[in-house]
Parts: sequence; C-alpha cells; structure tokens
Amino acid sequence: MGVDRRKFLKLAGITALGTAAAPAAKVLAKEDLDFTVSEKLLHFFAKPEGFLPGEALTATRWAMVVNVRSLDHEIAEACREACHKVHNVPHIENPKHEIKWIWEEEYHNALPNQEHEFVDEKIKDLPFLVLCNHCYEPPCVRVCPTRATFKRETDGIVIMDMHRCIGCRFCMAACPFGARSFNWVDPRKYLPEDEQNMEYPTRMPGVVEKCNFCAERLAEGQIPRCVEVAQELSKEKGREPALVFGDLDDPDSEVRNLLRSRYSLRRKPALGTNPNVYYIV
Amino acid sequence: MYDGGKVITGLVIGIVLLAFPLWWNLGAEEKKLDIKLPKKEKKCVEPNMRPNHMQVLDLWRDSVVRTANRVYINENGRRFEMSLQNTCMSDNCHARKTEFCDQCHTYTGVDPYCWDCHLPPKEPKETM
Repeated sequence: MGVDRRKFLKLAGITALGTAAAPAAKVLAKEDLDFTVSEKLLHFFAKPEGFLPGEALTATRWAMVVNVRSLDHEIAEACREACHKVHNVPHIENPKHEIKWIWEEEYHNALPNQEHEFVDEKIKDLPFLVLCNHCYEPPCVRVCPTRATFKRETDGIVIMDMHRCIGCRFCMAACPFGARSFNWVDPRKYLPEDEQNMEYPTRMPGVVEKCNFCAERLAEGQIPRCVEVAQELSKEKGREPALVFGDLDDPDSEVRNLLRSRYSLRRKPALGTNPNVYYIV
Repeated sequence: MYDGGKVITGLVIGIVLLAFPLWWNLGAEEKKLDIKLPKKEKKCVEPNMRPNHMQVLDLWRDSVVRTANRVYINENGRRFEMSLQNTCMSDNCHARKTEFCDQCHTYTGVDPYCWDCHLPPKEPKETM
C-alpha cells in the first residue's frame, strides 16, 4: 500500500512541529532545566530573594599607610580598642598570655636599624602603630604545616583559617614582627558577655591569631575599623589622616598618592618579606 | 555434662548482666526530643537538613574563609549570607541553641566544637 503525496506531507508537517515543540516545552517548564544557571543570569528567571551583600571593597593588593606624625597616644589607643572590640580580642594583663592585633610600639622597636642618636626627640615619643604587615612574601605562610594561614590570591591579605590551626606556633617563630599571638588561656574568660561582638567569633585555647585587615568588613564594603577610627579622630583634631588604606595596584589610589608624594619606610625591609604596611615619619 | 548446674547458672547470670541496658530501661519513659523550629521562618537553607547540615556548614566555612565567597544561593535562587552566627542562629531562625542544636547533640552524645569559637545567641537564664 503506497503513501500518497497528501498523506506524506501531513505526516512530515506533524513531525517537524513535534521536533520543534519539544525543546520549547522543555524551556517553558522550568523544572526540567538540566543546566545550571550561572549566578549572573539568575535575574532573568527570578529576582534574587534574601540576603544581598553590600558592595564589597575589592583590590588586588591591599595596603596601609601609617602617618606617624598625625598619631598620638589617644588615637593609637582608640584604634587598638576599636579593633579588639569588633574582633573579640580579649584584654589579658599578663604579658605572657596577651593577645594583640594592633598595638603601639616605640620608634626604635618599630623601625629597628633605621634609627640613630640624632633623630628628633619628638619622633622618639611618637606612638608607632604596628600590626600584621600582610607581607607580599609572608614567611608565616611558608612554614604553616596545615596551610591554616595563607595569602589570599585575590587581594593579598594574609589570613588565618582558625578551623585548621593546630597551634604549632611555627608561624610565630617565622614572623619577624611579632604580629601573632597564641591563645594560652581561654580567651572567653577575659571577654565579659556584654562586651562580645555577637557577629564575630572568638577563638579557642591553642590557636594562633592576628590581624586580618578586617576581611569581614571589606566584604561588606567597610574599611578596616582602625582606619575608620583613626580618620575620624584625625579629622576632629584637624590633622592629616593618621591611617590610610587602599590598593597598591591602583596607581590613583590614596595610598599610592601618599607614597608618591612622601618618603616612607617599612619595617625590617632587609628581610625581604615585602611588608604592605608603610610608615611616613 | 560436668558441673552442669554451675555452668548454666553462670550463663544465665551472664545473659542477665549483658541485657542490663534492656531491662534497666524497661518501663522508663522514652526520651522525647523537644526541638523548637523557628516560628517566623518556614524554609531552611536546604531541604533535609537534619542529616546533612554538617556538609552545608563545612561547605560554608571553606567558602567564606578560603575563597572569600560569602553568598550562598540555594536551589530556589534564594540568597543567604554564609554564616553560622549571623544566618543560622539569627533572631528569625534558630535563636536558641539549647532548644535546637543541643536537643539532638545531647541525645546522640555528639559534641561538635563549633561553639568553642562561634558565639551562641544569648538566652535568658531562666530557661535553663
């Protein structure tokens, strides 16, 4: 039995319609999508619901400039206090157990081998705010056996993964700046409940900690707490900002402009760790 | 059988001793888990969290700490900040650790070290 031309054309038409309709139906029925939608395209399908982070501050090489002549003990102390408060850093009197992320140092300790006997007396009294230098070549990262401390590839911040730290303290031996503290005692004993920042964790005994350049604040679009406080207070006192934060890889950033216009020093440059914290004296 | 009586008595005593947990708890009330689910928020980050929450938390911590990605998007396209303290334990969700986490963890005898560092939400003392 032969198929006549009329029947053949009908069948061909229906088949063509069917093959065209199948993928269209698939797209229309959203559940059947068998590819994952990239985050950037998500808004085509549905408006994202829920948490939207603030515009994060990003850079490829974060750095800080400390303008020491704008500092005084009051500003330095305010910076230390503000930093330690947001990061739940306990205040422990015993110097063997103390934890510090940012603190005051004297000139000859902050910039050793760069002092001489005829330096201006005023400079000797200035509070040098010191913190983790977030070195470009961090020795702490090289020695960490668990890679608990690592340099973030994206922005150069040297950061700690507290979940991985086994408390071996190699990093403390490796750091030439003493920027790391070990939790010999339970830090919560020294953190009264009403002084805890509930949005940030504490630490447990047996881990090392240090400044994280406020990575958690940068993610929400805020500059580091110490810089914020120092700039407020410097403004009140009518001085140049005592702390400046920015991206070294951006030639127009505030830090690069400062480093271009003023002469700056770094701590222990001969060790080759390449600190990202600069001092204008 | 030599000493049959002694052997059988010994066996019986042995079996009774081995079955201690069974007969000791006989008639005791079955422990009921008193898990309080959040009132305001009806949907958790992912379905079936009871057996899988540790994997989610593990993924979150690695994502936040190691790759600095803090936003989690679930199957329905809803976004969450990846944070135990600020998302899971927020006021809208599991605002009381003793009424949620501790219920199962105490019952099953697991002691996760989350709270060695992470701060559980403040709870009024009289609930203890």
